[in-house]
Amino acid sequence: MKNYLVKQKDNLITFGMVIGAYIIVEILMQAGLISSLLKGLLVPLCAYIILAVSLNVTVGILGELSLGHAGFMCVGAFASAFFSQLTKNSISADWLRFTIALIIGFVSAGIIGFLIGMPVLRLKGDYLAIVTLAFGEIIKNIINVLYVGRDSKGLHISIKDAVSLGLEPDGEIIINGAQGITGTPKDSTFTIGVVLILITLFIVLNLIKSRDGRAIMSIRDNVIAAESVGINITKYKLLAFSISAALAGVAGVLYSHNLNSLMATPKNFGYNMSIMILVFVVLGGIGNMRGSIISAVILTLLPELLRGLNDYRMLIYAIVLIVMMLFNWAPAAREYRDKLLSKINFGKKKTVEAVEGGNEDGNN
Amino acid sequence: MKKFAKLTALVLSMAMVVACFAGCGKAASSDTFKIGGIGPTTGGAAIYGLAVERGAQIAIDEINAAGGINGFQIEYKYQDDECDAEKSVNAYNALKDWGMQMLVGTTTSGCCVAVAAESVNDNMFQITPSGSSVDCIKNDNVFQVCFTDPNQGIGSAQYIGQNGVAKKVAVIYDSSDVYSSGIYTKFAEEAANQSFEIVATEAFTADSKTDFSVQLQKAADAGAELVFLPFYYTEASLVLTQAAAAGYDFTFFGCDGLDGILGVENFDTTLAEGVMLLTPFAADATDAATQAFVAKYQELYNELPNQFAADAYDAVYAIKAAAEKADVKPSMSVSEIGDAMKVAITEVSVDGLTGEAMHWDADGSVNKAPKAMIIKDGAYSLIQ
Repeated sequence: MKNYLVKQKDNLITFGMVIGAYIIVEILMQAGLISSLLKGLLVPLCAYIILAVSLNVTVGILGELSLGHAGFMCVGAFASAFFSQLTKNSISADWLRFTIALIIGFVSAGIIGFLIGMPVLRLKGDYLAIVTLAFGEIIKNIINVLYVGRDSKGLHISIKDAVSLGLEPDGEIIINGAQGITGTPKDSTFTIGVVLILITLFIVLNLIKSRDGRAIMSIRDNVIAAESVGINITKYKLLAFSISAALAGVAGVLYSHNLNSLMATPKNFGYNMSIMILVFVVLGGIGNMRGSIISAVILTLLPELLRGLNDYRMLIYAIVLIVMMLFNWAPAAREYRDKLLSKINFGKKKTVEAVEGGNEDGNN
Repeated sequence: MKKFAKLTALVLSMAMVVACFAGCGKAASSDTFKIGGIGPTTGGAAIYGLAVERGAQIAIDEINAAGGINGFQIEYKYQDDECDAEKSVNAYNALKDWGMQMLVGTTTSGCCVAVAAESVNDNMFQITPSGSSVDCIKNDNVFQVCFTDPNQGIGSAQYIGQNGVAKKVAVIYDSSDVYSSGIYTKFAEEAANQSFEIVATEAFTADSKTDFSVQLQKAADAGAELVFLPFYYTEASLVLTQAAAAGYDFTFFGCDGLDGILGVENFDTTLAEGVMLLTPFAADATDAATQAFVAKYQELYNELPNQFAADAYDAVYAIKAAAEKADVKPSMSVSEIGDAMKVAITEVSVDGLTGEAMHWDADGSVNKAPKAMIIKDGAYSLIQ
């Protein structure tokens, strides 16, 4: 019981942190103290936080390495942007359209996650990572050859080129192959982003605490033992993977409704992005949601705030990344930190944290 | 230990927030124009972004040396967007914090669309040197220096059809590139009205742009006489080399992306003999302005300028002409400058590197004549 309360308190800190950050930013924004750069970064930040938390479900809770997370984000982004584009003129209430778009992003990415999860989750470890990587690329490439247009006769779909859609003169192209979707309404706001973060955290943190969550974690810790007590391995693996994918879809909706032009480039939906999200998770601590949030914020802000250094910023960014990883997770650095901490003396809590830290080591 | 990590994170993020605020403390000074530029200076598309950065820099240096615009000097700042729409918007916001009053950019179409959606809210005057998609100029504050993709596609199809260059045409295009597929789409549409026939359409993507033997083989099998190459010269040089190696004897036809092909390193320029291209700029044109620009560019950056650099150079001079016409001052607000410039630019005519008497429509597109060039004796020459 005491342990339960401790866990609950831990979750409340996480929620409190997000809400606190939101209030501070809102106050600063009202006071006009926030630069345009930071203002423009708020919505992407929310999207990246959701991505990091959602990938942490697969990596931290289920214990499987997924390198295709950007693919699910891509599905959510395109499905919802497609919907918004279709109904831009017919649904006039922005909030209603965006709510439906969010649901569409969530469901479509979840379904794709489920479908991909079925064959993929038979594999383990590195094999699974490589296959998810491939699926992520497949999703991106399919979207890159997809042409969808609309005219009075209805929807036209082609995977060759825009000409073969055979649109009437008044028809409009909605998904234009590699040129993606242009003119998505800008419905994402910081407030909506924060609400979505809170919902994501609510889903994920409650999942961890639930009976299903414990089953999923038992699979992570020992598959054979879990199977021997009658846990349905496939079911729980798929559950965790689909939830993770669906939440990534929500992040995709947020992302796509923040930008006017949406293209599936290697930069934003390729494996670069998948690895970026994995970096958020690993740096923040596998299985540690709060850490994911903090590292997503830092690593997204860092290259933008280093703009003053021009082309050197990517170099500095990489070095900072290395230093932070070493500082956070290298055994020698951790030892040094422990030594430093015992000198400062953080008090009695230390023993509890040492135990938790030990668990995280086990997951790595 | 976790606490320590948290503490560090907190300190780091606070340091960043402070850094942000420090950035926005600067007030706009009213004795210089602040012109921003955006394009990829890192990553795969860096060659285009760098060209725009440098081309604009040369123009601005010249203008500053000659006394500036309306007597005011220009400050210029260029930001990297890595050819990513999200980063491009970040770059735009960063420039806004710096105090940007007019924007030369962005370099690539996809980014330009995303940035144009932001700049319209600020009523910022934006002129893109090379964002060629039609969506770039949807808003009334954005103008283009380059041709729109549809114009190039239609122009190429009409040229081939009206001059009877070929009867059977094959197209190879980059389906992952907005510029290339934009031209192809309109080319194919216009081809239906012309006297030639498209016998083969082969696509490649950014991931597979090194081997074109399959595409060339298919073009040959379909009996094509002419191969239309609506993409950039780096890939085109490979196409030409591979076609020559396989012994095909096509006529090649390209758009403005092909300009620069003679400057590709280790490329046997005799292979480009007879290649036709529709382009507004050629680095070896003989007029004084182009020669001065090319010499300056080579002196500073040690390479031949391509069409992007020339477009950016013209963009800056277009700003100058419009700003002088409207008599804008740096003390005016961004929106006031935007309002004045939007009207003024439709009233001026600029003799630039990429065209004579360029003038703009209110919809943002430029009017200038494309020149049909043919590569003869290792140099571009106008087809009469």
